[in-house]
Amino acid sequence: MKSDKILLSHGSGGKASHELISNLFLPAFNNPVLDQLNDQAVLQVGDVRIAYTTDSYIIDPIFFPGGDIGKLAICGTVNDLAMCGASPFCLSASFIIEEGFPMNDLQKIITSMGEIADEVGVKIVTGDTKVANKGYLDKIFINTSGIGIVDKGINISGNNAKIGDTVIISGTIGNHGIAVLSKREGFEFDSPIISDCAPLNSLVMDMLSVSRNIRCLRDPTRGGLATTLNELAIQSNVCIIIDEVNIPINESVKGACELLGYDPLYIANEGVLVAIVPTDEASNILKKMRENKYGQDAQIIGKVIAEPNKVLLKTALGTTRIVDMLSGELLPRIC
Amino acid sequence: MRYIDEYRNPELLKKIVSSIQAESTKEVRLMEVCGTHTVAIFRSGIKNILPKNISLISGPGCPVCVTPNLDIDTAIEIAKLDDVIFTTFGDMIRVPGSFSNLENERANGADVRVVYSSLDALNIANHNPDRKVVFFGIGFETTSPTIASAILSAQNKGVRNFFVLSSHKLIPPAMKMLLEAGEVKIDGFICPGHVSTIIGSKVYDFIAEEYNVPCAIAGFEPIDILQAILMLIRQINDGKPKVEIGYSRAVRPEGNITALNILNDVFDISDARWRGFGIVPSSGLTVKDKYCQFDAKKVFIVNVEPENEPKGCLCGEVLRGVKTPIECAFFANSCTPDNPIGPCMVSSEGTCSSYFKYGKYSLHIP
Repeated sequence: MKSDKILLSHGSGGKASHELISNLFLPAFNNPVLDQLNDQAVLQVGDVRIAYTTDSYIIDPIFFPGGDIGKLAICGTVNDLAMCGASPFCLSASFIIEEGFPMNDLQKIITSMGEIADEVGVKIVTGDTKVANKGYLDKIFINTSGIGIVDKGINISGNNAKIGDTVIISGTIGNHGIAVLSKREGFEFDSPIISDCAPLNSLVMDMLSVSRNIRCLRDPTRGGLATTLNELAIQSNVCIIIDEVNIPINESVKGACELLGYDPLYIANEGVLVAIVPTDEASNILKKMRENKYGQDAQIIGKVIAEPNKVLLKTALGTTRIVDMLSGELLPRIC
Repeated sequence: MRYIDEYRNPELLKKIVSSIQAESTKEVRLMEVCGTHTVAIFRSGIKNILPKNISLISGPGCPVCVTPNLDIDTAIEIAKLDDVIFTTFGDMIRVPGSFSNLENERANGADVRVVYSSLDALNIANHNPDRKVVFFGIGFETTSPTIASAILSAQNKGVRNFFVLSSHKLIPPAMKMLLEAGEVKIDGFICPGHVSTIIGSKVYDFIAEEYNVPCAIAGFEPIDILQAILMLIRQINDGKPKVEIGYSRAVRPEGNITALNILNDVFDISDARWRGFGIVPSSGLTVKDKYCQFDAKKVFIVNVEPENEPKGCLCGEVLRGVKTPIECAFFANSCTPDNPIGPCMVSSEGTCSSYFKYGKYSLHIP
């Protein structure tokens, strides 16, 4: 049932989002940089290679266990820069705020943005503020853009995965999505689930300090690990096979997913990255990642094999099944 | 929260699989009635590891899928009313009715909200006293007690703007109809876990006693499902059909008496239409007259055009276990999760969706 209107699923980061980008935006904005479909554009400016990215943040609730919309807006954009190996240089921040929004909440959000920017070591150098009539939007939307510098000799892109490469995940998956959901819907779990929202630039720099040959980096945000791996498989025209038993998932997230009928592979993350690296360098990179506070739970989860454009999962039973992109919105089961 | 990895222990899994392989000699067809089982079977790859003589057939246990178009069309007409906030489980919003679906109507301006339980819908009613909040009651015995309890709660608190559009179904009558029709040979039932937590195991006794078909109630972890399959194989070998509980950590023979009492207080059992089945006697739940003020069917009189089923869609046959999704000409061609023609491709528990998502390329599908 095709729609002539924009549906929520067009913004879910899954198949509908991809179709919208491919069918509408790419033809209209037609250029080779955009066509690469990376989370950031890498541009040569004189002698310098810069990375440029932008992202808008709308989230309910705006305060959640482990973060808030402000922290998310900084981390998300910093991470998009980091995923091409860029070190963040400066950021912009724009706010669209609903009339009547509590000043205290805004103060909290701004403070949190300042703190996390300090941790990252990036300055917010420009911005904009708009206030919309009450009811025009829900509380507050934030847009951040970022510029980063990519060192010479680094070439990280979604189309670089090679057959035989190793796939690494930097931490446990699903924490952010379940933390936000549990706060929004008022679910309580034995041990509270905290969002993994974190800036990953230091982790990426650590990884680059032991290997300049990292092929692909991507943070599996909306659409989860499954969607990100599918994107990489398509961009590189390879098959990625992952091992179910090696994917790190914390017990509470597993429990919540079972309860609600979610597959953790499709749940959003905000402080996790997937790396595809040459296999002979994988153990060095993994060791270095585990020394960083944002990479302690890093695991090798799979490898790149020949067949084109798909993601397979080896189950605990030893059988193999396909892992597709997220289709539609993520919905809980009924029965 | 623990107790998950224990049920995915590869060593234990292998042991049960070897027992199944050693003990199963005949060609058998086992039906997993419940959609959540279908998903779990695909997700864990159980079909691939079973000996070839055991076929698993998916049954009618996807609540979204069995909801007939007429009910969806009615829901859409109610959702379009100006003063209505229409609340539903998320899986329902993309299911095509005859002419539209709730997702498109939401984009067209209808106030359609996804909730996780009927109590969320009741909360919305409390916060919006000037609007009428309608909850689309779909689902089997697992969900219907919570909806009955929302109605009781609305009654106790004097909430006057909360309504339930009941399209609830009961599982055992559909199993009986499948056996009566005899269209598909069923050598054993993997009975639903969550539903049986409410209704217990005794309600299936007639299947073993009158139809000589073995039953095993299963949980949802790979070990649970394999254990139930092993139970069924042993019953078949012994020639002594009975109802076994393979999910004893959740299911008791008599079920959940409290939930059943609430259910009986609020709903009458009535005949109901199922997609693919037509009218199944005594298989639906209608709000009792004493709670008629909460019954959306009585309160909202809407005009619904005669229903319209997509020609060539095999969802009905798939729900009865007569056909598999890959026998449908639309499957994976014009019908995909992004552009579904029938409900079995939309719902996360739908058989077609499971075949598509998990089985498209790699699985041996019997």
